[in-house]
Amino acid sequence: MKAKVYVTLKPGVLDPQGKAIRNSVGLMGYGGIADVRQGKYFEIALDASLDPERARETAERMAREVLANPVIEDYRVEIEA
Amino acid sequence: MKFGVIVFPGSNCDHDAYHVISKHVGQPVSFIWHRETDLTEYDALIIPGGFSYGDYLRVGALASFSPVMSSVKEFAARGGLVLGICNGFQILCESGLLPGALIRNRDLHFVCQHVRVRVENADTPFTNELRHGQILSMPVAHADGNYVCDDETLEELQREDRIIFRYCDAEGRTTPEANPNGARDSIAGICNRGRNVVGLMPHPERACEDLLGSSDGRGLFHSLAATLASSAAS
Repeated sequence: MKAKVYVTLKPGVLDPQGKAIRNSVGLMGYGGIADVRQGKYFEIALDASLDPERARETAERMAREVLANPVIEDYRVEIEA
Repeated sequence: MKFGVIVFPGSNCDHDAYHVISKHVGQPVSFIWHRETDLTEYDALIIPGGFSYGDYLRVGALASFSPVMSSVKEFAARGGLVLGICNGFQILCESGLLPGALIRNRDLHFVCQHVRVRVENADTPFTNELRHGQILSMPVAHADGNYVCDDETLEELQREDRIIFRYCDAEGRTTPEANPNGARDSIAGICNRGRNVVGLMPHPERACEDLLGSSDGRGLFHSLAATLASSAAS
């Protein structure tokens, strides 16, 4: 079983790295790119014996308390069997 | 009075802080390894600059989960004085002792230069030997010093006079050019509601000797020492 955690900057929080990527792809000739926001992706291997509800709870808590800083970031958790 | 300098794997301004306390403040000081939890012998703690845990995950994040930080929270809750410098400021924000967060600099560069800051509040345990409006020259050296917070927090910091230092130019004006990292409202340093926890991005400990280009940082450490001396006397 695997938990996938996506951490993204909250809307409105400046993302200078995303802006730099946006500028680069613009210079490379990519058209129609309005904006780029950079985030983080985590894969957490979980014990196969874990109950899926427990697995989600654990991953959610880890995302909230460790992987994301709620002041500037949002997170989303997916559980994969 | 006894000072402690907390050391994480990757701290690199710990010896500078130790040097300033022992030489310029002239008080006993010890290093505190991040796994220690007993802080009862200390009157003031310094969380120094550096790259704790290699800045992995987020700047200051992993350090904020280390054993010593639980004790620092208790120490601060009892009114103990805590000064976080650069990475120390980032750690204080990550641990929730100070509001907001520090993100990548506006221009993406690592900035390493002397900057000026204006003293916005000279009525704290960390600034009482300074003057309101005084301009200090101190170095910054960081990639993630861009202070951010939501509107509500900013309004609270302003209303409660908790913005301690703002980046400014030679005339004391807070302009975008004088702001090295894009920090919101030119914020270089803030304090908590109890005024016993302060974090700032510039390095006062690297500005205590004229040979290093400035000794303006001394005022901060002398303020701390004066506060502790008067609390010991009363």
